[in-house]
Amino acid sequence: MLRDTTCPESRLVALRFPRLMGMNTRSLASPLPARHPVTEYRLAGDLAIWFFILAELLAFGVFFAAYAFTRANHIELFNAEQHALHRGAGAINTALLLTASYFVVRAVQAAERSAAAISARWLLGAIACGGGFVVVKLIEYSAAFEEGVSLSSSPFHMFYLSLTFFHFMHVILGMVILAALWQGARKGRYHPGDMNGIETGAAYWHMVDLVWLILFPLVYVIH
Amino acid sequence: MHGTPRRTTLLWAALLVATLLTWWVGEDGATGPAIVALLAVISIVKGSIIILDFMALRHAPLMWRLITLGWISLVWVLIGLAYWKGLSQ
Repeated sequence: MLRDTTCPESRLVALRFPRLMGMNTRSLASPLPARHPVTEYRLAGDLAIWFFILAELLAFGVFFAAYAFTRANHIELFNAEQHALHRGAGAINTALLLTASYFVVRAVQAAERSAAAISARWLLGAIACGGGFVVVKLIEYSAAFEEGVSLSSSPFHMFYLSLTFFHFMHVILGMVILAALWQGARKGRYHPGDMNGIETGAAYWHMVDLVWLILFPLVYVIH
Repeated sequence: MHGTPRRTTLLWAALLVATLLTWWVGEDGATGPAIVALLAVISIVKGSIIILDFMALRHAPLMWRLITLGWISLVWVLIGLAYWKGLSQ
């Protein structure tokens, strides 16, 4: 025999706070179609990527706090060694990541219009910007290594290398994901009827961009 | 859901201008609590554009906006506390 297993308390909460719960108010309030358009709140992309993004944000957040509080005990050392960093390279890389993110949004918007070829082109542009980031970072690393910077040369260098390299690996993974999206876009997989794949990959790339927006001022500028 | 190309382009231009400002502060060598607060505000505004517009969380259930915007704010509060701790030493 079938039974209604809906918990009455959770149904009440959902009725009172539908936006918080991510519920469609129309289906909760009345089985009849609403007279006025009802705003439906939804996540862009797969729910699983968002749990993954939260885990990533937590890890980067802990890392940023560890940097900041270690710096508080070694101010002069951190200020002197930070001064030797190339802020221009950091700023160029910020612009490259932001531009890649912009291109990814344009690719998603093109897919929403069923313009698969245009979507693929924007994604290729985003991959190129990611490649630019990798090249600038490698030049920056090689210059640092020539100056004797290593994980064990100082607390600042340990944080600088581990934080930026941790992020660098995320950029590499992000480029692999963008390449997969590019392939999918070329085959016309993303359209208004199925945006899940491109929205999921796009969310990951934006996360990579988002954490850099804290990393750049924190490690390259604040002293 | 993901806005118009025109709006997205304007936001991208604003993000680049904000990046230039952060870089200029670094080159200028300015420091102090007010400068750190300025850099924090710039970072939070830029992050909010990424979160709300690029990640399209403006159209997501409220809980997701609270978590992500709360995350970037909390990280900057911790950075600010650490900076203040460093000043008093």
